[in-house]
Amino acid sequence: MRGGPESETTTDERHSSQVAFDVNDARRELTLDNRTTLLDALRERLGLTGAKKGCDHGQCGSCTVLLDGSRVKSCLVFAVTLDGRSVVTVEGLAGPDELSPLQAAFVAHDAFQCGYCTPGQLCSARGMLDEVTRGWPSAVTDDLTTPAELTDAEIRERMAGNLCRCAAYPHIVAAIRETATAR
Amino acid sequence: MRPFRYHRPAGVAEAVAVLAAEPQAAYLAGGTNLVDLMKLGVQRPDLLVDVTRLPLDAVEELPGGGLRIGATVRNSDLAAHPVVRRDYPVLARALLAAASGQLRNLATTGGNLLQRTRCVYFQDTGKACNKREPGSGCAARHGQNRDLAVLDWSDLCVATHPSDLAVALAALDAVVEVHEPDGPRDVPLAALHRSPGEHPERETTLARGALITAVRLPHLPAARRSAYLKVRDRASFAFAVGSVAAVLDLDGDVVRDVRLAYGAVAHRPWRAYRAEEELRGRPFSPQLAARAADAELAEARPLRHNGFKLPLTRAITVRALTELAEGTPAP
Amino acid sequence: MTTGAVGQAYPRLEGREKVTGAARYAVEYPVDGVTYGWAVPAAVVRGRITRVDAAPALALPGVLSVVHHGNAPRLAPGPEPDLWLLQEPAVHYRGQLIAVVVATSLEAAREGARLVRIDYDAGPHSTVLTADHPGLYRPDQVNPSYPTDTAEGDFDAGYAAAPVRMDATYRTPAYHNNPMEPHATTAQWRDGRLLVHDSNQGAAPVQATLAELFELPRESVRVITKHVGGGFGGKGYAKAAVVLAALAARQVDRPVRLALTRQQVFGPVGYRTPTIQRVRLAADTDGRLTAICHDAISQTSTLREFAEQTAVYTRSMYAAPHRRTTHRLVRLDVPTPFWMRAPGECPGAYALESAMDELATVVGIDPVELRIRNDPAVDPELGRPFTSRNLVACLRDGARRFGWAERDPTPRARRDGRWLVGTGVAGASYPARSRAAAATATARRDGGFLVRIDATDIGTGARTALWQVAADALGVPPERVEVQIGDSDLPPAGVAGGSMGTASWSWAVIRACEALRAKLRDTPGGGPSDGEVTAEVSTADEVRDQPALPRYAYGAHFAEVRVDADTGEVRVNRLLGVFAAGRVVNPTTARSQLIGGMTMGLSMALHEEGVLDERYGDWVNHDLATYHITGCADVERIEAHWLDERDGELNPAGVKGIGEIGIVGTAAAITNAVHHATGVRIRDLPVRLDKLIGLSGLA
Repeated sequence: MRGGPESETTTDERHSSQVAFDVNDARRELTLDNRTTLLDALRERLGLTGAKKGCDHGQCGSCTVLLDGSRVKSCLVFAVTLDGRSVVTVEGLAGPDELSPLQAAFVAHDAFQCGYCTPGQLCSARGMLDEVTRGWPSAVTDDLTTPAELTDAEIRERMAGNLCRCAAYPHIVAAIRETATAR
Repeated sequence: MRPFRYHRPAGVAEAVAVLAAEPQAAYLAGGTNLVDLMKLGVQRPDLLVDVTRLPLDAVEELPGGGLRIGATVRNSDLAAHPVVRRDYPVLARALLAAASGQLRNLATTGGNLLQRTRCVYFQDTGKACNKREPGSGCAARHGQNRDLAVLDWSDLCVATHPSDLAVALAALDAVVEVHEPDGPRDVPLAALHRSPGEHPERETTLARGALITAVRLPHLPAARRSAYLKVRDRASFAFAVGSVAAVLDLDGDVVRDVRLAYGAVAHRPWRAYRAEEELRGRPFSPQLAARAADAELAEARPLRHNGFKLPLTRAITVRALTELAEGTPAP
Repeated sequence: MTTGAVGQAYPRLEGREKVTGAARYAVEYPVDGVTYGWAVPAAVVRGRITRVDAAPALALPGVLSVVHHGNAPRLAPGPEPDLWLLQEPAVHYRGQLIAVVVATSLEAAREGARLVRIDYDAGPHSTVLTADHPGLYRPDQVNPSYPTDTAEGDFDAGYAAAPVRMDATYRTPAYHNNPMEPHATTAQWRDGRLLVHDSNQGAAPVQATLAELFELPRESVRVITKHVGGGFGGKGYAKAAVVLAALAARQVDRPVRLALTRQQVFGPVGYRTPTIQRVRLAADTDGRLTAICHDAISQTSTLREFAEQTAVYTRSMYAAPHRRTTHRLVRLDVPTPFWMRAPGECPGAYALESAMDELATVVGIDPVELRIRNDPAVDPELGRPFTSRNLVACLRDGARRFGWAERDPTPRARRDGRWLVGTGVAGASYPARSRAAAATATARRDGGFLVRIDATDIGTGARTALWQVAADALGVPPERVEVQIGDSDLPPAGVAGGSMGTASWSWAVIRACEALRAKLRDTPGGGPSDGEVTAEVSTADEVRDQPALPRYAYGAHFAEVRVDADTGEVRVNRLLGVFAAGRVVNPTTARSQLIGGMTMGLSMALHEEGVLDERYGDWVNHDLATYHITGCADVERIEAHWLDERDGELNPAGVKGIGEIGIVGTAAAITNAVHHATGVRIRDLPVRLDKLIGLSGLA
């Protein structure tokens, strides 16, 4: 379909919304075009450019953030749906003065090269470790009825939604394993 | 992406009424497929009715057995549900084999069933696709069709249904609860999706405005011995090039009951009734399983690039059933 | 430089920035009044734009402009026709970026791009590379400047006379670089000067290209490239994004952010050409090669010639009295191919190292031993000794680490449940080159030092490596050194590419530091008493005067794979590489580079394939859901090791470069292992289950 008739029925008012949600523990209130994804709201409206746009279609994982504690791909979430909800981005992972253990482990293990997928890897790993704590199984868990042990194969499977073209995968796995063991 | 209005309905009836009144409206649930297609320009709704906050997010055990899964239960929550893991491993496995952890945290039960084909021609508005634009032709029929259908396709469309969950639900004889403008009704999963035929743009048997509210699993003790086997082109997330959902109930070595469904072979999740018939009442053997798959695939018509799906589907049928028979299903 | 920072495993300097989200990439700088550009791709393969109707797009709230050939600012015709964007109505390939919509939001820009109506006159097209394409021709040279064909002895006679012969044709599909950050630019014009934050592999070359296109003095263009989300060759020079962003910003007289979509990086910014390669090997019964011929066919576009140097690898890898290599090219209605990690060596080694494996099977000699027997004492092309050649040492060390001695050479002899298991080996080499660079070193009054060079860190660890090199050259602890890179205002240095970055840049950094120390020695008190002291150098003369010697890095790749006997699914249990690449500046970042290259080789062997639809003339799988790259779950055990190699004929730091050697032999090692596991030789990549299904007879 093409533009003319559609645009006549549109008005700014009806195509935008006021939204209030928490980002890294701070309440943010925005008037947003309904089409704005969480990723674009973070990057273009809130100046939080940590979450990255790698594919914009949920296929690479670079935009991963935590939404009410769950890891999600922020490029597939319209921000207008988020009223009252809570988002944590990579900018919210560290303490005021020091890196979180996961971030420190990523640096120590050289779990990245170009760094573009890294914020997504970190948020994904953080969400994934919480999933493991909740006893969630994965596709490689042998016995679905008992909590999975976090082997390297489990970490690889659970982190498979975050592509890294530099291929720091084994170092990402090592950093996560170390963090999980220390928990 | 076309500008759209956004509405959060207070209840199911209101949601259905709004959608029925607005010809260009669409439901928004997890968004993992719809947002993607809106960005591609494949879907261009002018109103999104957000159903994620409707009270449809419970998993309840039914009196007398069985499970009722709310339509907005997230794929990851469902896969992790203790009853699903214990009583319906085929379902948990299918969910866990699909997409990535981040997508499973968004994607819903109802939305998963209604996802659109991943045929690359459907997704590219610069290419001919009868499903996207009726009458424009099917570029896939004589194009790159390695990932597409071998069964039940028509000259107008050779797309496959991409869902893993739907394949498991087909095998489990799940029932889909929908709310239509005329009121609620039950639709057997096996009757939810259509063959492409003359109208590949019509993908389900649901009325315009219908909202899936829940999926019901029957009481099926045999499903404790069930498996989902998915083959894909890499170990990391990818859509299936072949998959099988299987429930096997043996009496000694005789097949008392069996449920089989295939993914990645047709426009809908493919319940393999003929194969089941071949198996039922006979002593199980891998050879029998192979014969059963052959019976199911006898009418298959592979396209230029996907002939391998026949031996593949046969192989995973044999493996899934044999492992179930031996009591050693592996992930 | 006997002891010190070089050789130490420092964590990368920008690590903290990258794990906190503070590291800014090209479209992440705060800019007042910024607008958004969205590129519009051509919907036909070959033809001419007859009409652009911008009205529907301009009617959208927020859309500021539709920039196209009919209204775009003029560019000077330059040597890069690919970059002469929005200047003419001609369409040379499907997906060519032919307009830009500029809007005040990303949402409006995207929708605007969809609503621009473009009519075309379309003509017939040819987009498929075939071995008998009527358009095949012999280019004058191959990338970057190698002779097209070489010959020594009499291949035909030598081949005909040999007791053992092997003749096979190998095919590789189009590969797409796909760095995680798409090509992206923020462009701003201020008082006739152009400032761009751009994602590229070298700010100075991008600056030069922009200056030429926009007819500006170089100093009127500034390119800032602090962090780059990967490149792998595909951002080696200025690409469409930066030119379109600059054009759009000029048109609307406002800053513009423009990132290509993931779909748009499949083509318009380059890709690795498909190849068709015939390799013929002849040997005596002891496996000593007597004749080698490698004939390579690849494609280029109608816009510009890019000739992948596919067979160049074969010229120096193994020796034989009779040798021939050729390259043929065909111009198709496709985007221009470009660099992708180890252009030439990567596809070429896949063919030659596969052929060596086939030969080993024919003569019944272990494939490690076959390579050792054919290791040349002098470079077959130059006739001179290699400055260092440790292929044999790599093979021996790798064989020991891998447990190669236990191997039963019989194909399809190992089974682990449903899996057929096999192992394979391949050699690898990559040229060790350097190019000129400039740098400054400054002594600060507070006792610190500042080193400035327009190097680029695309994830290689260059920033950290140069810091270590500088510390040692200055003779101070690295904590006292600051390194500035990634800005065309810095002393010019070449692109991060060709495995030349650290070699070239460290050379300039060391010379600058040496010059500074000399200056300081002449300074009363030996330090900057009154202001700063700076030394500036260029290595242009030194690099130019370097004798032409055969300088190469080497590697040996070992792979263990398992193939599902029923479904044909392939998994890689283990990859092991041993490399001889000169001095390793930082073991941590070096290991990451090497395993990164090896993993991209795995991806090439098993996953990647640009699937072309001849009718539409483009790749139908142009996203990351359908163009598969290796993910986390696909990499099981992977190891990179290196030999302690000292080569005094390279550069002051003694480094050979490690960005590319890791990919070179990986695909062949994996496909050779697949053959060992299954008895099936796959000569067209990728190895996928449909090519292996049914080995057990079950399927």
